[in-house]
Amino acid sequence: MLLIRRFDERLLRLQKQGLIPGHTSPYIGQEAIAVGVAAELAEGDFVASHHRPTGHALMAGLDPGRVLAELLGRVGGYCRGKAGKHQLTSLEHGFLGANGVVGGGIPLAVGAALGQKLRGTNGVTVAYFGDGATNTGAFHEAVNLAAVWNLPVLFVCENNGYAFSTRQQDHQRNTNIADRAAAYGLPGQIVDGNDVDAVRAAVRPAVDSARAGYGPMLFDAKTYRWYGQYDADDSLAYRPQAEIDCWKERCPIETYRARLEARGEIIPRAFEQLSRKVDTVVERAVQWALASPLAPIAEIGQHIYAASDVR
Amino acid sequence: MSRVTLKEAIRATLADLMAQDQRVFVLGEDVGVLGGAFGVTAGLLDRFGPERVRDAPISETAILGAAIGAALTGLRPICEMQFVDFMLVSLDQLLHQAALAHYASGGFNTVPLVIRANYSMGPGAGPQDSGTLYGALLQFPGLTVVIPTSPAEAASLLRQAVHDPNPVLFLEPRELYGATDQIADLPPLPLTKARILRSGTQLTCVAAGGMVHKALAAADRLAADSIEVEVIDLRCVMPLDEATIVGSVARTGRILALDEGPRGGGLAAEVLALVAESDVLRSSSLAMHRLTAAAAPIAYARHLAAAAVPDGNAVESAMRKMAAERQL
Repeated sequence: MLLIRRFDERLLRLQKQGLIPGHTSPYIGQEAIAVGVAAELAEGDFVASHHRPTGHALMAGLDPGRVLAELLGRVGGYCRGKAGKHQLTSLEHGFLGANGVVGGGIPLAVGAALGQKLRGTNGVTVAYFGDGATNTGAFHEAVNLAAVWNLPVLFVCENNGYAFSTRQQDHQRNTNIADRAAAYGLPGQIVDGNDVDAVRAAVRPAVDSARAGYGPMLFDAKTYRWYGQYDADDSLAYRPQAEIDCWKERCPIETYRARLEARGEIIPRAFEQLSRKVDTVVERAVQWALASPLAPIAEIGQHIYAASDVR
Repeated sequence: MSRVTLKEAIRATLADLMAQDQRVFVLGEDVGVLGGAFGVTAGLLDRFGPERVRDAPISETAILGAAIGAALTGLRPICEMQFVDFMLVSLDQLLHQAALAHYASGGFNTVPLVIRANYSMGPGAGPQDSGTLYGALLQFPGLTVVIPTSPAEAASLLRQAVHDPNPVLFLEPRELYGATDQIADLPPLPLTKARILRSGTQLTCVAAGGMVHKALAAADRLAADSIEVEVIDLRCVMPLDEATIVGSVARTGRILALDEGPRGGGLAAEVLALVAESDVLRSSSLAMHRLTAAAAPIAYARHLAAAAVPDGNAVESAMRKMAAERQL
């Protein structure tokens, strides 16, 4: 969680320095979900992300330096600077990709799960999406298809209460996404998306069940994004500071740290040490990414079609 | 491949591909129990079972998305869209999630996916079910769009499409489903290569799908009057085989581009633009024309639909007019 937090904070600073050619969408505030889910995943599992992908990417095991290089538009990025945050992908890590189209990645996750089933693996696929995406046709079609085909996919709604600027109660009447599961004949569960232990505990039986061939499940992880939809979004235009402050009181990292300390599982100094270690990792990533060159202009015309001996 | 219909050729090739490669599977609306709305996948469910011949809900976005996700992760899905027109509801999946995947990943990801969809400008289907769509798809690099014109060509193109690591839209001309081979003994060609079906010296006629048959028939009639037309079957309309088109025009000095899609943008416009940009234009007094469907939707009424698309006579007159221009 700390890695995601520090990575995104550093990303925002790079953005302010004008080093990011596009935009950034910080995952800050939602870290417990990516971390809690990832803790239950294994080699051979897949993850489909959305337009706020840093948390999912880092938890899938992508190298922070190469993720950053991608966001900087450098050739050392996972996609040689062609993807940016919206199409960031690394299949070798099972990371199917971010998505610039809200809801667009959910059907892909269903396809990856179909592949796992057809290949006879016991892998599972996680589809992440926000509350806004649950109003797309892609969400409905994909969940229904996964349900009727009984595929090993977990649908995880990171319900942060806003579809860009529109409050959830203004974009859908029933704000419990988990209730929708019943419409597809699936189990659905609300989970505290700011509590990493709660996320992990909720996901574990669902992952086991999917691996065993019992099909998909839908989670409604209630959470909040501390920053705007993207770096230049002044979210105070549509939500009050008091609301943001209230959710910051429920910081997933502080909550977890306090719990560990109360249990005596870590001492305060250990947290400081971890924090410094994470800062070092992030700083090293920044230096590596900034040192990565830009792709040559000739790459505009490369990678349009994959090489093939039948073309 | 004698006396086999185009539909039967596709069916037999699907079965061959599935038998040869466990990664190949079929999904789509009504492809299993019914055997496809047009019967193309008949018998596959019995032979390969419901895991590999998957009836799907009416969800074009999810069908295509699932096929893309499976292709990204190592399978070779072949999905059927009942009419090409239905793909319009799933264009994000086709154009963003499939066609962009290789490029946006910096060349790391591939989507070895085949989408079969039929199209027809034939009468009776009404404005929503009579589209060609391919003209609009020329704007999306990364996508490959092929159109067979004969059973042998269908078998060859489908086989190559499945073996290709890129997303390929395999467009089946609905009115040719029952067609048997006119063109025998086709040597294998690369997937994106056009085929010169008839050599000629006075005019190049470029066509795809059903228009190829109209062009060949018209060229036969012109040959009776000693006018030799070269007929090019594009096979692949995206990307276009520029070398074959331009090379032919360099020999004939005349090009007629046929298109079942509506006038305005589209396939014929792009074919002529390629020629216009080429060196051929600078080296001769080139004549270029296109003959397309009307710049109008296709109406339901039989006579209106038929009149909107160039028939064999229209193709013949256009050829004769261009040949006459040359004699001036």
